[in-house]
Amino acid sequence: MQTLIDNFFNLEIVVAAWPILLQGFGMTLLLCAVVVPVGLAGGLVVALLSGARSRCLRWIMVGYVDFFRAFPPLVLLIFIYFGFPFAGIDIPEFAAVVLAFLLNSSSYYGEIFRAGIESIGRAQIDAARSTGLTAGQTMRHVILPQAIRNVLPDLIGNTLEVVKLTSIASVVALQELLYMARQAQSVTYNASPIVVAALMYLVLLWPLVRLLSRLEHKTLAGR
Amino acid sequence: MDNFLFSFFNLDVMVRYFPAIVDGFILTTYLGLAVVLTGLGLGLTLALIRSLRWRVVNVLIVIAVDVFRALPPLVIIILFYFALPSAGVTMTGFTATWLSLSLVLAAFSEEIFWAGILAVQKGQWEAARSTGLGLGQTLAYVVLPQAVRLTIPPLVNRAIAITKGTALGSVVAVQEILTQATTAQSFSGNPTPLTLGALAYLILFLPVVIFGRWLETRFAWRR
Repeated sequence: MQTLIDNFFNLEIVVAAWPILLQGFGMTLLLCAVVVPVGLAGGLVVALLSGARSRCLRWIMVGYVDFFRAFPPLVLLIFIYFGFPFAGIDIPEFAAVVLAFLLNSSSYYGEIFRAGIESIGRAQIDAARSTGLTAGQTMRHVILPQAIRNVLPDLIGNTLEVVKLTSIASVVALQELLYMARQAQSVTYNASPIVVAALMYLVLLWPLVRLLSRLEHKTLAGR
Repeated sequence: MDNFLFSFFNLDVMVRYFPAIVDGFILTTYLGLAVVLTGLGLGLTLALIRSLRWRVVNVLIVIAVDVFRALPPLVIIILFYFALPSAGVTMTGFTATWLSLSLVLAAFSEEIFWAGILAVQKGQWEAARSTGLGLGQTLAYVVLPQAVRLTIPPLVNRAIAITKGTALGSVVAVQEILTQATTAQSFSGNPTPLTLGALAYLILFLPVVIFGRWLETRFAWRR
């Protein structure tokens, strides 16, 4: 038992590693604060383009979405980070991560927004337009508020996935939580920093998982 | 342009590293199938146990499911591979990746199966039981066929998303596509293997993503 505690919950090591773990946690939060809004905005654009009148544009968007949903995000990130310099584009880690996340999560968010918009009846659009609202106003004031409410559990679910996914930034040496924990582990030869990092993810995300579970069950009960 | 082709579509490099990428492709396929089988199997088993409504067991299942939904898969893989050896449990990178992703898929699919089981109305249970079917028979012949139908689209999408996580195995030296591609890239000093790797992922996952999209329209949840 004592060896287990020494190896996984070694207080001395946790105390020593705490400052850099906190720093990593801060970077993870900063990363989320950038990639989640960027992904949501990208997703909205994808959804709006997917509903465009032009058939050609619609097919291009289907292609875009399927392409980036088929691509593992880590592969995308590595391709951008290690491949771009060969094309003469030097890209810092943070920008590479944001770009990879924009491409990946805008397709997922895009599909969710599209499903939401399609769940609103055609009659709503006709009614809104006949009261004199422009197409843009109809989208903003009539369709989107209802659409977003309809797909809120999916939006939250995808946001949870995006936040979890920020851990892959450690592979390109961005100093977020997992990277810092692994650094601390390799310096101390002790697993405690990784265990603590896992606990930090759990503290950050468990409330979101619970909320999501309740929302999912509520929509189910209302069916 | 020539420079670009030389970097990303270098025929010499392609020919030289093609066999390595094929090896990676086979391993990724194998790992992905193993994850889908164990993950969905375990998820269904847990959902069935949960439907027996033993209070203590259910609380344990909910906690385990929450933990594996909240933790990033990469963190779980790293815990298994780098931290568990301190407790005397060593596993290969392959086992660590397979086990981690299976547990994550089990957690997500348990929630989906459980939602499907709940969505089958109570009257169906009562009617089945009153015709003399046992609990197991009711589950097997009445509830599950309806529940599984409802759960197919979300299950397929989740299984795809998690199977793409096999690329995370590259962090713990599993010789899958991404590892083969990055190794070949650093040996050849040319990013063409990354292009090959990316193509390999598209060949593997694009058909599944398109299949998932088709299923979604075919078996859509009737709202």
